[in-house]
Amino acid sequence: MAPMLETRNLGISFGGLRAVNEFNIKIEKGELYGLIGPNGAGKTTLFNLLTGVYKPSEGFVFLDGEDITGKSTIEINKSGIARTFQNIRLFNKMTVLDNVKVGLHNHHPYSTLAGIFRTPSYRKVEKEMNERAMELLHVFDLDGEADYLASNLPYGKQRKLEIARALATDPKLLLLDEPAAGMNPNETKELMNTIHFVRDHFDMTILLIEHDMKLVSGICEKLTVLNFGEVLCQGETAQVLQNPQVIKAYLGE
Amino acid sequence: MNKKLKSNLITYGMVLVAFVIMQILLSTGHISSLFKGLLVPICVYVVLALSLNLVVGISGELSLGHAGFMCAGAFASAFFTKCTMDTITVSGLRFFLAILIGAAVAAVFGILIGIPVLRLKGDYLAIVTLAFGEIIKNVVNAFYIGLDSKGFHFSMKDQFSMGMEPDGQIILNGPQGITGVSKDSTFIIGVVLILLTLFIVLNLIDSRDGRAIQAIRDNRIAASSVGLNITKYKLMAFTVSAALAGAAGALYSHNLATLQASKFNFNTSILVLVFVVLGGIGNMRGSVIAAVILTALPEMLRGLADYRMLIYAIVLIVMMLFNWAPKALEWRERYLGQLFKKTAKEGK
Amino acid sequence: MSFLSYLINGISLGSVYAIIALGYTMVYGIAKMLNFAHGDVIMVGGYAAITMMMSLNANPFVAVLVAIVVCTVLGIVIEAVAYRPLRNAASPLAVLITAIGVSYLLQNVVLLIFGSSPKSFQSVVPVPDLKLADGALTITGETMVTILSSMVIMIVLTLFINKTKAGQAMLAVAEDKGAAQLMGININGTIALTFAIGSGLAAIAGVLLCSAYPSLSPYTGAMPGIKAFVAAVFGGIGSVPGAMIGGILLGIIEILGKAYISSQLADAIVFAVLIVVLLVKPTGLLGKQIQEKV
Repeated sequence: MAPMLETRNLGISFGGLRAVNEFNIKIEKGELYGLIGPNGAGKTTLFNLLTGVYKPSEGFVFLDGEDITGKSTIEINKSGIARTFQNIRLFNKMTVLDNVKVGLHNHHPYSTLAGIFRTPSYRKVEKEMNERAMELLHVFDLDGEADYLASNLPYGKQRKLEIARALATDPKLLLLDEPAAGMNPNETKELMNTIHFVRDHFDMTILLIEHDMKLVSGICEKLTVLNFGEVLCQGETAQVLQNPQVIKAYLGE
Repeated sequence: MNKKLKSNLITYGMVLVAFVIMQILLSTGHISSLFKGLLVPICVYVVLALSLNLVVGISGELSLGHAGFMCAGAFASAFFTKCTMDTITVSGLRFFLAILIGAAVAAVFGILIGIPVLRLKGDYLAIVTLAFGEIIKNVVNAFYIGLDSKGFHFSMKDQFSMGMEPDGQIILNGPQGITGVSKDSTFIIGVVLILLTLFIVLNLIDSRDGRAIQAIRDNRIAASSVGLNITKYKLMAFTVSAALAGAAGALYSHNLATLQASKFNFNTSILVLVFVVLGGIGNMRGSVIAAVILTALPEMLRGLADYRMLIYAIVLIVMMLFNWAPKALEWRERYLGQLFKKTAKEGK
Repeated sequence: MSFLSYLINGISLGSVYAIIALGYTMVYGIAKMLNFAHGDVIMVGGYAAITMMMSLNANPFVAVLVAIVVCTVLGIVIEAVAYRPLRNAASPLAVLITAIGVSYLLQNVVLLIFGSSPKSFQSVVPVPDLKLADGALTITGETMVTILSSMVIMIVLTLFINKTKAGQAMLAVAEDKGAAQLMGININGTIALTFAIGSGLAAIAGVLLCSAYPSLSPYTGAMPGIKAFVAAVFGGIGSVPGAMIGGILLGIIEILGKAYISSQLADAIVFAVLIVVLLVKPTGLLGKQIQEKV
């Protein structure tokens, strides 16, 4: 069986700068995979390459055996990759519920005219969407705030809402960009449980970027360490974290 | 969910109540002929404000050329009416078709203007919409179209170079525009058009496509990350908005003895934008109220002759400062408390 | 020969647009707002000069100076009263609409004072016309002075921005208001200075415009204002050389379009060229391309 995500010699340059070079990774279905590295190592750039925000200068990306290299962000989402953002990007002037319903958009169609004239198909699909969205919000303990504006949520909940919205697109692979950033230890612990639950409950494959080592060592089964755009080390979490090169990259000489 | 429905019903109800009151005042003769003449223009500007609010408030793009869509709709519908005066004698049906044609032609321009939307953002897009509006006005201004026994004749120079038969009739006469369009617009049709526009806009906002449009407004990058087709929804907003403005144009052109392109200038676009911003960006009920008051206000102030536009300008500046300046909002919060709290929030 | 004379006229008109566009572009660059009242400041400048010359019999040079002072003060007052309170408003549209209000206000105040009928403007330019090629080509004094002034203004402004402390402060505020404030730059002062310079330039543009097209009404400023705005965007809004190039190109296109295609459609051609340019270069000819960081 093909791995859920596989990249071959993926790379990108900005002008003369090589942000990511010869990047290879294989993530099997259902794995919880961590991507770590010092600031500026190219982690978010890699996410942008995987999701089509940037087009790779060379190399290939395969999702569940399908070549998605060079496809647009929209096509890649339809193929099955959803993501969150390091600097939260919610639909701030919309309600929490509507944020998730936007995620459900492509899986619950009805025509524009049906929407304007409130046909039975509009009612049926909207009902389905509401139920599905509330289910997702429930997973993240956000169902009580469904009618709030997204911008009025506290920070930790905004991060959760982003994950809920990403899951609403029904992805095969979920990319989380620093999901615990700005959270206190309690919130982080709770988030770790949620991520675990998402993996098990939705049968999801997850790749996450994180600086919080407690979270990384607590939930990631495998790790890739990125430094200056290159893979420094790859493998089982415990082994990677003991690798002297990794310690050096993180702590310096 | 229910809150939305309730708020929408209040908006429809408000329009209906205003309509009934006006009808009563009209039938009892309590309305000056000046104000009577304002009823259809008020309807025109309400529809325009709603249509522009769809672009500015819901889609989040600034359009400075909305008069251009109105112009396209006004001329297309007036042209249709002039050509079919003898063939379609039922004026109601003819006007209905004219409105549809005005909306359709304006929608085509909406798609045309939507194409740069895909490449441009913010102020650059705003200037392109301004440019489009001016181009439409200028091109209509330069056209001469006549009809005689041999069919249509065109010219870009003057009416004589069309080479028409002596029995021919000039339909579009360059800067002089179209004269003698059948005056089919009535207050009732205007109110129906407002209700229809409200129905389309409010229902669109609260549907799958409307959510997509708003999501793209709030965060383009996140919207494409969840698989929304940015191009499609930006174009949809522009096209629907243009079609509604075109319908408003049709209402406008069938209320005038002479229709001239120069009326649809930059100032008209700006005027409508003022309604939208003062009524609250994205707030449809606010647009209706602002359009009614601000269309009626300068006419009400006509007694003040030369001072009326001056007063209008000052009211506009003071209202903007009072409604938007962070310091003013703070002051309101502190001293006027609950009274203004709600409107301040909605305004944002 | 006629082509050459059209071209020179185009450059001359374009130079006026360029001077106005400089004001637009500086204000936009630093305050991130479209100052729709800018065109009306031009008109006020014209009326200030005409009043000095007609009613007070002032020397044209003095009249121009007075116009500059009037407009500079006007610019500072407008910014302080109408725009500054809205600088941190929730929507950038708020200040745009206020600017439109200011534009109406200026037009109507002038209308009340001077009436709506156009006034004929007596040229302030004492330079005689230049006849070339046995009189086949005439370059008016106004044309020469206009082109020359715009060149001088452009050079002085570039030097001012790049060589003086106040100019550097402008660049800093344009780049990042917060950071500039942390560096001890007086934000309010710098923005006021920008409005002052922009409005002073508008006065010069007003006098030159009225000297070349000697008719002045309360609405005179509106269309040149919009055209100059187009010119600023055309060249890349925020860029000083961009405003200059945009203004001159716009003037040339307008005059040549009027002469060779259709005087009715000249404006449409100008706007069509703008759209094409923006489609090819979405931030104007010399504008910076900014990519949003994900």
